[in-house]
Amino acid sequence: MNRLALAALVAIAFPWALHAFGQDFYISFATRIFIYAIAAASLNLVLGYGGMVSFGHAAFFGAGAYMVGILAAEGVTSLWIAWPVAIALAALAALVVGAISLRTRGVYFIMITLAFAQMMYYVFVSLKAYGGDDGLSLPGRSSTGVGVSLSNDFVWYYLVLALLATVLYLLHRLIGSRFGRVIEAIRENETRASAIGYPVYRFKLVCFVISGAIAGLAGALIANQTSYVGPTLLHWVQSGTLMIMVILGGVGRFWGGPVGAAVLLLLEEIFSGTSLLGAYALHWQLPVGVILLAVVLFAPQGISGAFAKRSQ
Amino acid sequence: MTGILLLEQSLNSLQFGLMLFLLAAGLTLVFGIMDMINLAHGSLYMIGAYLMATFTEATGSFWLALPLALAATALVGAALEVALLRKLYERDHLTQVLATFAVILIANEVVRIIWGNQSLMLNAPHGLTGPVTLPGGMQYASYRLAIIVVGAAVAIALYWLVTRTRMGMLVRAGASNREMAVAMGVDIRRLFTVVFALGAALCALAGAMLGPILAVQVGMGENILILAFVVIVIGGIGSIRGAFVGALLVGVVDTMGRALLPLGFAKLFSPQVASNLGPSLSSILIYVLMAAVLFFRPQGLFPARG
Repeated sequence: MNRLALAALVAIAFPWALHAFGQDFYISFATRIFIYAIAAASLNLVLGYGGMVSFGHAAFFGAGAYMVGILAAEGVTSLWIAWPVAIALAALAALVVGAISLRTRGVYFIMITLAFAQMMYYVFVSLKAYGGDDGLSLPGRSSTGVGVSLSNDFVWYYLVLALLATVLYLLHRLIGSRFGRVIEAIRENETRASAIGYPVYRFKLVCFVISGAIAGLAGALIANQTSYVGPTLLHWVQSGTLMIMVILGGVGRFWGGPVGAAVLLLLEEIFSGTSLLGAYALHWQLPVGVILLAVVLFAPQGISGAFAKRSQ
Repeated sequence: MTGILLLEQSLNSLQFGLMLFLLAAGLTLVFGIMDMINLAHGSLYMIGAYLMATFTEATGSFWLALPLALAATALVGAALEVALLRKLYERDHLTQVLATFAVILIANEVVRIIWGNQSLMLNAPHGLTGPVTLPGGMQYASYRLAIIVVGAAVAIALYWLVTRTRMGMLVRAGASNREMAVAMGVDIRRLFTVVFALGAALCALAGAMLGPILAVQVGMGENILILAFVVIVIGGIGSIRGAFVGALLVGVVDTMGRALLPLGFAKLFSPQVASNLGPSLSSILIYVLMAAVLFFRPQGLFPARG
């Protein structure tokens, strides 16, 4: 608990410290990490706790983002309308995809979620009215209607931080609740869970929809963060990246998603910056790939798993 | 007019389908026998295409470079299997995804460091640059025809290899029940390496043959990899026959969708809207096909595991 309080304190003081050193760029970078932490945490709910390997989570992430973008293009910039609609649309997409996909299992579940994500990817590519291949630029961040402008990076940082904390708190409560226990029981042994009398399919579907809704929130945030939405947000490589974050951080470990998101984005930032590697920074994917391989070979439980083992 | 168009698009479908089959055949064997999700399969395709470009320039001959590129890529594949993938067979699918994703990143960068950022141009071999006239008076690119011939020949050879030889028997045994095959004394480690090298060579063949049609560039493997996965899931994981049927199905749906959907839409929408909708809708169709197959036949069309 002390460590958590310390982390919270650091997160709250962080922008002021950066501002004092004139490194305002990193405030925006930290916000990006928080947004991907939300997305990765949502994937970890189905992947780690529910045992459902969704290879199409970028679909819900991208659906949330596109909803904010499309509404903005139609003149609806209010946060209070756009964000709930984005979350609802992502949840609806997760309901449809989950209802069909959860009838399959194993490798076939992986592939069918991928198939649906690719379908949505091409749907947005074909929406020429909303940018098609090129994507859509947003006029700015959503308006709050209460006199606070989100275009201020400090305000934006604290809002995203508060949302991340809320999502993590809710996920913590959810995982500790009876619902969470049932979900984990289903992951461990589906036959036994259903023999005890739990409606396995319904539990998994609800879990999938909750996860999709949270991913939709993350999508709405990333659209605001970059003031841009494009089909690459739904591409399978994006689904893969979210999955890499979760595996890297630790599958089914509470901090797995956030830790993985932070580590992967930090690695990208460090190795793509010219300050460390000079001209070789162009090839940042090489060291990142080598480090990922090292994690696979030497830390099978992911990063948070490796730390948990050492502290035991 | 429509008859010729239909014939031309059928040949294009066949050509694309056969090349997809080359990729899917290796992928389905690795997946089926070793129960291994190998995202790096697309990287071998890319490496094959790049090696082909290099050897073509060095030897000055397409047909001399082809076997060299195949052999070199097979070596790369075997080395990858022995050095890394062998350690992953016992691990879960998620770990395999992470590790082979890392291999994609590394392969992309190594290729970029060696060959640079620019995409390479690969020329069709001499004598196959122009069109030929088919019986019936239709003009068709001779190189595309050569691709069909090569693809069909390899498909037949693979069929013979898998159904008529001792190695093929071991491969089929491994795909349908790995433990039993081990218990019967099959040296599964060596078999894996050989199968992986063979898959890599097939990737290289697809990359080399498609090189003159598509651009040889970093990232060329990622898009076609997912199509290859779609093919093997439709066909049934581990089944060569399934991969063949799946590849042709995907080839037909993709090519025909691209060519014919805009014509259909032209009656409903303005020409510009129609030509915009065609490619994305045919891509969507492929995934609808896959979802439908999985929904009605969750094990694919030709399940390998009995």
